[in-house]
Amino acid sequence: MELLRAEGLRKRFPGVLALDGVDLTVRSGEVHVLLGENGAGKSTLIKMLSGAYHPDEGRVLLDGHPVHIRTAGDAQRLGIATIYQEFNLVPELSVAENLSLGRPPRRFGFVDTKRMHERAVELLARVGVDVDPRTPVSRLGIARMQMVEIAKALGLQARVLIMDEPTAVLTTGEVEKLFSIVRRLREQGVAIIFITHHLEEIAAIGDRVTVLRDGRSVAEVPADTPQDELVRLMVGRPIDQQFPRERGQAGEPLLKVTGLGRKGVFEDVSFEVRAGEVVGVAGLVGAGRTEVARAIFGADRYDTGEVTVRGRRPTPGDVHAAMEAGLGLVPEDRKGQGLVLGADIAENLGLVTLREATRAGFVDRKGQHQAAAEVAEQLGIRMTGLGQEVRTLSGGNQQKVVIGKWLEADAGVLILDEPTRGIDVGAKVEIYQLINALTASGHAVLMISSDLPEVLGMSDRILVMARGRLVGELSAAEATQDGVMALAVTEVEGPRVQ
Amino acid sequence: MSSSVFLRRSWLAENGALAALVVLVVALSLLSSDFLSVTNLLNVGVQAAVTAILAFGSTFVIVTGGIDLSVGSVAALSAIVLAWTASVAGLPWPLATVVSLAVGVACGLVNAALIAYGKLPPFIATLAMLGIARGLALVISQGSPIAMPDAVSHLGDTIGTYLPVPVVVMVVMGGIAAVILNRTYAGRAMYAIGGNEEAARLSGIKVSRQKLITYALSGGFAAVAGIVLASRLASAQPQAAAGYELDAIAAVVIGGASLSGGKGRALGTFVGALILAVLRNGLNLLSVSAFWQQVVIGVVIALAVLVDTLRRRGM
Repeated sequence: MELLRAEGLRKRFPGVLALDGVDLTVRSGEVHVLLGENGAGKSTLIKMLSGAYHPDEGRVLLDGHPVHIRTAGDAQRLGIATIYQEFNLVPELSVAENLSLGRPPRRFGFVDTKRMHERAVELLARVGVDVDPRTPVSRLGIARMQMVEIAKALGLQARVLIMDEPTAVLTTGEVEKLFSIVRRLREQGVAIIFITHHLEEIAAIGDRVTVLRDGRSVAEVPADTPQDELVRLMVGRPIDQQFPRERGQAGEPLLKVTGLGRKGVFEDVSFEVRAGEVVGVAGLVGAGRTEVARAIFGADRYDTGEVTVRGRRPTPGDVHAAMEAGLGLVPEDRKGQGLVLGADIAENLGLVTLREATRAGFVDRKGQHQAAAEVAEQLGIRMTGLGQEVRTLSGGNQQKVVIGKWLEADAGVLILDEPTRGIDVGAKVEIYQLINALTASGHAVLMISSDLPEVLGMSDRILVMARGRLVGELSAAEATQDGVMALAVTEVEGPRVQ
Repeated sequence: MSSSVFLRRSWLAENGALAALVVLVVALSLLSSDFLSVTNLLNVGVQAAVTAILAFGSTFVIVTGGIDLSVGSVAALSAIVLAWTASVAGLPWPLATVVSLAVGVACGLVNAALIAYGKLPPFIATLAMLGIARGLALVISQGSPIAMPDAVSHLGDTIGTYLPVPVVVMVVMGGIAAVILNRTYAGRAMYAIGGNEEAARLSGIKVSRQKLITYALSGGFAAVAGIVLASRLASAQPQAAAGYELDAIAAVVIGGASLSGGKGRALGTFVGALILAVLRNGLNLLSVSAFWQQVVIGVVIALAVLVDTLRRRGM
C-alpha cells in the first residue's frame, strides 16, 4: 500500500539547484533504497521529508493527502522519523532516558522512572536488541547507539523511517544484525527509506530503488537490478572498473612493525609494507586496526614492539617524529581528526608543511599558497578557490584535502584509515587512482577498510585482524570475501587481549 | 541576487565591527560638538590603549579556543613588580622593566602548563591565576601604590604636543599581534589548534608547546598593558586593571573572534577596543550616568555577538 509520495520536488539554494524535480513513492512494509552520488540531492530530499527544508515547488502526500512538513515537530506528528549519521542521543543519559527524551512519562509532575524503564524495555524488544536500559548511551558502541536510535524512532510511532547511510559506520557482522532489524520493521508495516553507498547491500535488504542524479529522480527500479546497471543509472556513464588497481613490483620494505602491543588493546602485531605496495587491513570494527594505525603514527603510545620507517625508529608516541621519518595518517574520522573545518583549503593543505615553510619563525605564505595550488590541481579538488572553507566541500573533496596535505609533505608511507567511507562512487574511483599513482611513484600504502570489496579490489596483500591480533595474511590472488570474513570472526585462542 | 548586492553584504559581514564603529563615530559627532576634536579623539585613544593591548594578548588565546581571565591581575602584578624593583629594591629601570615583562610571561607559562600538561580547563587555570597574581601584587605592595620610576612614567606622556605614548604603544603592539597571527608559525598554529586541536596534533603541530607560547604572549602583552596603565597614573597600584580581562574578552569578541576558537584578527580586536572606548567617551560627553553606561555596554556586547551569530547561521 502506498504510504508516502513526493511529487516534483524542487529546491534552489543561492547558486545551486539542489533538487530539480524529484518523485518518490514509498509503500508501507517496504525498504526503499535511495541511491545517488554525493550531491545528487539525497540529503536535501530527506531534509525536506523531515522538516528541515521546505520545497520551492512540488508536494508531499501521506496516505494520499497532501501534507506540509514545516518543522521537525510536524514530521514527528506525521510519523516520519529520520536517523542521521550523527546520532541525536545524549551520551551522558541512560538508554531509557534517551528513549523518552523530551516526553518522559510523568506521575504527579515527577518523572515516572518505572514506566520509563518499562517503555524502554518494550521498545528495545521490538527492535530486538539486548541492552540494559540503565546503561549510559556513551558506553554503547556505535552499532548499539544506532539501534537505540531506531528504538527511539519507533517510540515516536514512526510509520516512515529514513535511515541515512546506517551501514557506513558498521562492521559486516553488525550490518547483518541491522538488516535483520530492518526486516523485522518491514514486517511490522514500517516504510523504510534506506540510503547507502554500498551497492551489494541493495539486493540484500532493498525492495525498490529510486536513483537520483543531479537533483533529479532518474529511475525507479527493483532492488535486484544488476550493480553495473545501478552504477550506470547513478553516474550516467558506466564505470568499467570499480577498483582500478594497477599492481606493480614491490620494492624495499618502507614500514616494518614488529611485536607491537598495547595492554588491553592489541598484541604482537608484526608486518611490513614495501615500496609500491598497498597492504589492506581487514577486520571487524573493534578488532584494533585503528588503534594499531594510531600507535604506528605516534598518535597513541604502545607498550611493546618496534616501528621502523625507512630504517629509522621514530620515538613512540610522538607524531612529529613519525612524520619526520616519513609517515602520514589519513584518519578514519575525517571531520573530527583530519580537517580544520572552519579554515580554508590552502590552510588545511599546508598544515603538515607549516614547520618546513617556516624561517626564523615566519611562514612563507606565498610558497605555501603555491604548493597548495599545485596539490589541489593534481588531486582535481573541485572548489571555488583555495580560499573556500573545507566545511563546504563534499565528502570526496574533503578527503582529497586530507590526503593532499600528506602529498604536500611527501610522506613516503601513508596510512589510510577508511579512506572512502561516506564518499560517492565517482570520488572513490578518484581516490583509488590516487593510491595507484602513489604506489607507482614508490610510496607504500597501508589501507584499513571495512569495505570488503574495496580491500579485495585495491590491496596487494591483506592482513586480517581479530580481537587485537593479526590472525592472517592473504595475497590478493587467494583472498575472497568469505575467506577474509572467516578470519575476521576468528575466536582468538585464550581470552581477548585485556 | 545581483553580485553588487552580494559583495556589499559580504563586505559588511566581514567588517561588521568596523561598520558599527563608523556609525558610532558619526552619530556621536552629530550628538556632541565636543566629540570630534583632536584632543578628545586622542583621549579616546589613551582610554582604549590598555584594554586594546590586553585584548591583543587575549586574541591569541581566544584564537586557540582558550580563554585568559588573568590578564587584568597579571597587568597589575607586572606593574607592581616594576615599581617595586626600581623604587624599593633600587634596580635600574631598564632591568626592572625586563623583570616586569618576565613576570608577565611567567604567569602565562604557568597558565599554559596547568592547561596543556595539567589538563585543566583554561577557564579554571586562568581563574586561579587571576586570584594568585592579584594576591601577589597586594603582598608585594603591602596594599599601597608604589611610585613608578620617572623614566618609565614618560610612557604616559605625549610625543610632541599631541601624540600620547600609550596610543603609539597600542598601535605597535597591535602591529606585532597582527604579524604574529598572520605571518608566524606560532600564529598559524594557533588557528589550527583552535579550529581542530586533534587535526592539528595529527598534522605534527606540537600542541602543548604552542599553547605555552600562546599564553606566554598573553602574559607578556598583559605586562605591557600594566606598565602603560601605571605610567599614566605615575604609580603602580595593586588594585589596578581589576575586571579589565572582561573588557579585553569583550573587545576580542566584538572584533569578530569566536570563543570556540579558530577565528579572530588583530584588526578586529583593535576595532572592538575602540568601540568600547568610543562608547564610554561618548556616553560621558552626553552626560549619561556611569550606571547606565554599564547597561549600554552590556547591550552592545550582546548585540555584536548576536549579529555575528545570525550572520553565520544565515550562511
